[in-house]
Amino acid sequence: MADPMRIRAQSAGDKATIRVLMSHEMETGQRKDGAGKIIPAWHIQEVVAALNGKTVMTAQWGPSVAKNPFLQFNVRGAKAGDKVTISWTDNKGDKRTDEATVS
Amino acid sequence: MLADGNPAELFEAKGEELWKSKRGPKAATLEQCNLGKGPGVVKGAFVELPRWFADTAKVQDLESRLLTCMENFQGFDAKAIANTPFGKGEQANMSALVAWISAESKGMRFNLPQAHAQEQKNYELGKRAFYYRGGSHDFSCASCHGESDKRIRMQDLPNLTGNPGDGVGFAAWPAYRLSNGQLWGMQQRLNDCFRQQRFPYPGFASDVTIALGVFMGVNAKGAESVAPALKR
Repeated sequence: MADPMRIRAQSAGDKATIRVLMSHEMETGQRKDGAGKIIPAWHIQEVVAALNGKTVMTAQWGPSVAKNPFLQFNVRGAKAGDKVTISWTDNKGDKRTDEATVS
Repeated sequence: MLADGNPAELFEAKGEELWKSKRGPKAATLEQCNLGKGPGVVKGAFVELPRWFADTAKVQDLESRLLTCMENFQGFDAKAIANTPFGKGEQANMSALVAWISAESKGMRFNLPQAHAQEQKNYELGKRAFYYRGGSHDFSCASCHGESDKRIRMQDLPNLTGNPGDGVGFAAWPAYRLSNGQLWGMQQRLNDCFRQQRFPYPGFASDVTIALGVFMGVNAKGAESVAPALKR
């Protein structure tokens, strides 16, 4: 199981700003190790954001995203007290889901 | 805004957990560890380190103090940890602990004690080490960090002979390095300076690195700590 994400969700006016820090190696599959062998690709493939259980954003990610990625986006119509759920799946099938409340 | 997404936060969370979890041969937490402000007090400890510790009769920085605590409370072998390469094994935990402890003092101002004779001696020693030129390129720390407004590539270099100000130089480490995705403590930062000087690596938590820490820390008096910062 991967390390937890850090999620901050803050409402301002009619929208909320969601900021997510994910803990992931994000290996591109193009680097070589000390022995000259290619380090296999290992990166997040899909990110899904949901507001109160309803999907509001999906993203397809590839190897070009940096290690320990930071994601920020706005959700229109999100109020304080709403639940934001972020989940990701990586190319090895590993998953992680975390939840935060909009403040 | 960049600092909003500082992945050092992931390390902070891990460090806090490590501090409170029972680990090592003695299965103990670090919660009784004295970082200079009494057992278990973390808040504000970072901006007063390195300082003199009576129990070890040494001036210690955060990382060497943690080694002492991990040995005394948890039963780890401090020598073995000091010899572990950066980012491996217990050293990876060390950087997480350093991230959390420094973050607890975020926004506070550096105020290193200089009352003890050993602290003053360390300052003088650090000053000498800072200006000591050697190695195949005849560099000293002051070659890069002895003047204001110097740059390497696009990086501004802080002038560490004086007080570089808030959140720069000593007040900006430990930091998360975006270029390699690692969290670096002061010991690793100094190691990299020695590497660029083409000097042999100093040992982890060795006297010279702590003396350099005292020199830079005393110079940084009054500067606001932003650690763990975000670096390129």
